Amino acid sequence: MTFALFLKVLFSAIEQGTPLLYATLGAIITERSGVLNLGVEGMMIVAAFAGFFGLHLTGNPWLGLLAAGIAAAFMGSLHGVVCLVFQGNQVVSGLALTILGLGLADFLGAPYIGTVTKGFNPIALPWLSSLPVLGPVLFTHDVLVYISFLLAPAAWFVLTRTRWGLALCATGENPQAVAAAGLSPLAWRWVGIVVGGFLIGCGGGYLSLASSHEWTHSISAGRGWIAIALVIFSFWRPGRAVLGAYLFCGVSAFQLRLQSAGVLQIPTWLLDMFPYLLTLLVLLLSSARGKGRAAPKALGVNLEPGA
Amino acid sequence: MRAILLALMLTLGLCAPAVAAEGKPKEKLKIGFVYVSPVGDEGWSYQHDLARKELEKDPNITTTFVESVKEGADSERVILNMARKDHDIIITTSFGFMDPTMRVASQFPNITFLHCSGYKMSENVSNYFGRMYQARFLTGVVAGRMTKSNIIGYVAAFPIPEVIRGINAFTLGVRSVNPKAEVRVVWSKTWYDPLVEKEGAKSLLDVGADVITQHQDSPGPQVAAQEKGVYSIGYNTDMTKVAPNAHLVAAIWNWTPFYKDMVEKVRKGQWKSGSFWPGMESGIVDISGFGPMVPKAVQEEARARRQDIIDGKLVVFKGPVLDQSGAVRIQDGALPTDKELLEMNWFVQGVVGSPK
Repeated sequence: MTFALFLKVLFSAIEQGTPLLYATLGAIITERSGVLNLGVEGMMIVAAFAGFFGLHLTGNPWLGLLAAGIAAAFMGSLHGVVCLVFQGNQVVSGLALTILGLGLADFLGAPYIGTVTKGFNPIALPWLSSLPVLGPVLFTHDVLVYISFLLAPAAWFVLTRTRWGLALCATGENPQAVAAAGLSPLAWRWVGIVVGGFLIGCGGGYLSLASSHEWTHSISAGRGWIAIALVIFSFWRPGRAVLGAYLFCGVSAFQLRLQSAGVLQIPTWLLDMFPYLLTLLVLLLSSARGKGRAAPKALGVNLEPGA
Repeated sequence: MRAILLALMLTLGLCAPAVAAEGKPKEKLKIGFVYVSPVGDEGWSYQHDLARKELEKDPNITTTFVESVKEGADSERVILNMARKDHDIIITTSFGFMDPTMRVASQFPNITFLHCSGYKMSENVSNYFGRMYQARFLTGVVAGRMTKSNIIGYVAAFPIPEVIRGINAFTLGVRSVNPKAEVRVVWSKTWYDPLVEKEGAKSLLDVGADVITQHQDSPGPQVAAQEKGVYSIGYNTDMTKVAPNAHLVAAIWNWTPFYKDMVEKVRKGQWKSGSFWPGMESGIVDISGFGPMVPKAVQEEARARRQDIIDGKLVVFKGPVLDQSGAVRIQDGALPTDKELLEMNWFVQGVVGSPK
């Protein structure tokens, strides 16, 4: 692989990986509080519609993004009502959320299919984009990409270095201990759901506001499920989420370029497996090395009533 | 999954003899359509719905439709519901509606069923499709004339005969006017994912393609071409709207004449079931209007080839046709059989890529 090709693949990895990165970070925050979230796909597509619709109504992409985040946070809250208020099964509720979201977005979005909007466009950052080699690759994206560059370190910092983050993570590990410390595990799970949901919504909104400037059906196309896989891949750690999202999208961009280069006559079914194989391989290797990096211990376990 | 999947198996249907169905002339007709995706304002289902609206203009015809119907059990419920509501004709427009259509049809012998892109038929069920590859050939002629780099990019869906046939016909069109040009194929393995398809187009632009075409419904590849400032060729619908500066022409479906013909036969009681695979002469496939950047001479050339196809003077895939390795696949002067077309799993010379 030539260096120029590598840079192009890296550029695509960032461009394609950004919605996954937002969604993965959001799902990590929700799951670190102990709430299993299988509704990411449904939340993303509803957010994508809300984002499109907000932009369509107001003409302001930032309001679109806000609408996307709020819509997904609201969807997440439905999950919260089922799991936190009524002690419902988290797996079933998450799956129901995905099915509901897909249907809802199709239903609400049907009249608008094909509507073109002006969303976020790439902005070359003044000084940074003229840096040699990596400048154009890293700093000629849209503003949401730049925010995502800051978001992962910020999430890492908040989760591991602040009182709030530690309380949230402790709720996912041992809610009884959190209660014993005089905090409310229930409240922290709500925080995880709403904050995580908002970020998942930003990922969904990215699809309709930045990736494509048009509303179409099935816009999420399974990315919510990839995000859930990336949460596991990243061992619920924000830093590794960056690696996972870019690696996955980078490899799929690479296999498309391998095809268009037309040099190798590899059956494309084989090429298609690359992103998944590589992700699996990295997962296996790091699981073998890193011990004790398991899921939050109370993930998917409902709180005792009254806790 | 898009209707088109297993046109290969159409062969079975084509071999079967047409069966006569009892029919009485009917004054008023009620026609129901079942679509796999939302109608929206572009794409596969939209083109069917345009035809439905045309039929509706007849005061003696009423139509209904259900969109976004999932293939499989859900579609059987929808079709059954239509059958119970006194429809005279039910049109199901996705490959996965085939078995549900057959099952419902067996319970309602007085209703005429038309199923698009499948291969099964019975006394009251016909299957049908159109020879889209003819329109692809014409868009290839335009691409071959417009390319300067002699590299044309094709963002393809899945390596199945229907898609491969389209790529091959397109390439034959390109090479008929520009033997130096090559068509590079990237498989997205999607029917509808705007982001992946756009990425596929970008990978083709990176290797120097200056005309991009596609098989999927989404506008992704068109947008990629527009952003790069090169040309694009649409499919299904005239895609000018999403890429006004790039869109040269599109290969489009036009179901109206076929449906009108079927409806007329049912009305007169002359309808017989069969497997229909009509071509450009019937109007079922065509090319859209040209973008302003296409020179008049190229427009006229494409129109002339179009007329040749309609008149039968030009047969796409008439031998000699060579494959990628240079071996003769269709002998000099030989006409391709429908079976050969429906089972096509190899690329013609001029395509760069793997047909697997």
